[in-house]
Amino acid sequence: MYRYDEFDREFVTSRVAQFRDQVERRVSGELSEDNFKPIRLQNGVYLQLHAYMLRVAIPYGTLNSRQMRMLAHIARTYDRDYGHFTTRQNIQFNWPKLTDIPDILEDLASVEMHAIQTSGNCIRNVTADHFAGASSDEIADPRPYAEILRQWSSNHPEFAFLPRKFKIAVIGAPHDRAAMQFHDIGLEMRRNAAGNLGVAVYIGGGLGRTPMVGKLVNDFVAEEDLLSYVEAILRVYNMNGRRDNKYKARIKILVHETGLDELKQSIDAEFERIRDGVLKLPDADVRSIEAYFAAPKFELLSDRSSLLEAAKADDKSFTRWVDRNVSAHKQSGYGIVTVALKSTGEAPGDASASQMDVLARLGEQYSFDELRISHEQNVILPHVRLDDLKAVYDDLVANGMAAPNAGLITDIIACPGLDYCALATARSIPVAQEIGERFADLDRQNEIGDLKLKISGCINACGHHHVGHIGILGVDRRGEELYQVTLGGSGDEHAAIGEIVGRGFSKDEISGAVETIVDTYLAKRLADDESFLDAYRRIGAAPFKEALYGPVAA
Amino acid sequence: MSYLYKDGAFQSDKWLTIDGDQPVPEGEDVIVSLTLFEEHQHALLTRNSGRLGVHLEAAEQLDAIVPHLDKFDVVSLDFPTFADGRAFSKARWLRDQHGYAGEVRAVGDVRIDQVSHMKRCGIDALLVTHQQTIDSLTDIKDPGLQLYYQPSAIDGETKAGGRAWARRA
Repeated sequence: MYRYDEFDREFVTSRVAQFRDQVERRVSGELSEDNFKPIRLQNGVYLQLHAYMLRVAIPYGTLNSRQMRMLAHIARTYDRDYGHFTTRQNIQFNWPKLTDIPDILEDLASVEMHAIQTSGNCIRNVTADHFAGASSDEIADPRPYAEILRQWSSNHPEFAFLPRKFKIAVIGAPHDRAAMQFHDIGLEMRRNAAGNLGVAVYIGGGLGRTPMVGKLVNDFVAEEDLLSYVEAILRVYNMNGRRDNKYKARIKILVHETGLDELKQSIDAEFERIRDGVLKLPDADVRSIEAYFAAPKFELLSDRSSLLEAAKADDKSFTRWVDRNVSAHKQSGYGIVTVALKSTGEAPGDASASQMDVLARLGEQYSFDELRISHEQNVILPHVRLDDLKAVYDDLVANGMAAPNAGLITDIIACPGLDYCALATARSIPVAQEIGERFADLDRQNEIGDLKLKISGCINACGHHHVGHIGILGVDRRGEELYQVTLGGSGDEHAAIGEIVGRGFSKDEISGAVETIVDTYLAKRLADDESFLDAYRRIGAAPFKEALYGPVAA
Repeated sequence: MSYLYKDGAFQSDKWLTIDGDQPVPEGEDVIVSLTLFEEHQHALLTRNSGRLGVHLEAAEQLDAIVPHLDKFDVVSLDFPTFADGRAFSKARWLRDQHGYAGEVRAVGDVRIDQVSHMKRCGIDALLVTHQQTIDSLTDIKDPGLQLYYQPSAIDGETKAGGRAWARRA
């Protein structure tokens, strides 16, 4: 994985010193909250309902055990012993004191981490497929490009005060695990006819109050032009994006109002102007970044592990966990382990300091010192020998992290909601917990099969409800929490935005409504292996509406 | 009251900003609004004496002035609020695309915490009203970083680190 050189180290350290000075000026009153706000946001500091919140970047979701231990240390020392992994490969600490934050940032810098641009109207933490470098379907590892983009976007002088936040995701496989088409810029690595590497570029995707699927603006941008093309998009957006209404300020609205063709002309013109300039990427530089992400020294192993087979034979729970939480690795004899932070009754994405320490140890011991954070708020051990799966599982069981539910109905994405967030209009976590309890029976979960359920506590859609196969949006209706249900959304390569099924449900009704939807699916599916999403696409919303609201009058 | 900061020091501003329908005095160096320039383009471009500058509001585009850039000694760009970053891109365009060599001046809500970004986008003069910003500039306390991950529009930065895009002030 990437390691800081002297330059990176000095950059991050001086950024910490800069922010320390700014915090001092805020505390002394020299900086007003109004002028401090954009500065603190660009350093990951929010002012939430009860306290300041610090959002730390985990660029493209990759970290080592030392870094994970530092996150545990921060949770223990400056917070209430836990952290919350988010849907954008960040971790949030909910209770730090403003005056402690420069020290926290200094601790992070000591392990090559930072909180730069995890919020604010700037280019945010660049995300990537959490199975990068491990999955069997990969064309190329997307992390070198994500790292180049991370560097280029860090403290970019021109794009620090954009009309609105700007999110970039990179994937390197045809199967999209990073919701790439729901980003301001989505990049999909591909090879052209000549075999050269580059990216297909999507723009204008996003969730929030106006969900849109990203549109293909260029089907192949060569590797050497990566930064020039992205800079051209940003420049056109910075000058032309709306600033009169923050709800219409994202690039998706510019794409929608200007039209893709016209906007593409402006982008292409700017790209042509700058493509042979200073941003052209020298091959040697890309290769040297790429070298940081070289595959670990895998052992040559058979793709069948007798140890694994023997363990499965006498442990049904283990078998269930392997079936759901271990994915195919490109290297034979290895698997990708998803540690679901979704045990029954837990807040999705939350991990305690001691759990983080356990994860760090497991990464160190069994996964070449590497861990990943997924946008589905789980932790990944990317390179585990099949022979070691049982040991990893036993360790996870002992530490309460062996939920065998990856991709099942209880592997819920949820935002922090009204329990923490200043923007929220309804609670999310208790709804997730209630649904988790209602569907706790593992046989039933497995019978239901693949089902992505996502919950947001307000229209800003941090819980990605629009792309849930079942999506739940909590709103405030005259002081009461009301939950709207959408069906048929999808964040993968067959991207779709869920459709609202009808009037909302009260907090007491919502988990029952989910059960009705699931029962309807089970009754209507053609076979066990017709997934919820496939069945929904075949039969449409009508049977679900009828089950929820009664027959429609003709 | 606002003060002009340029070439590392505060100095008197010789430029007269023409507001609204005010007459343009002969012999004076004036900065006119884009509206005024468009209405009286010929007269302004053929004045006998006095230099000419133009001021762009944040929402105004460069297109109208681009054909006449060689006639302007100053292009003044408005930063109406701390959060409005359009003028950063305009400054870059003036320098990079059009090779504009005159003064590019930041006007409006000019704050010390953005000065480094402004410089790196090619802005070489600041009209400052904010007292703490004046103090910081006077004391040469620029909180901006000295290391950059992007090549910029200005001279004097050197390549740094091992990568093509890294720079040091």
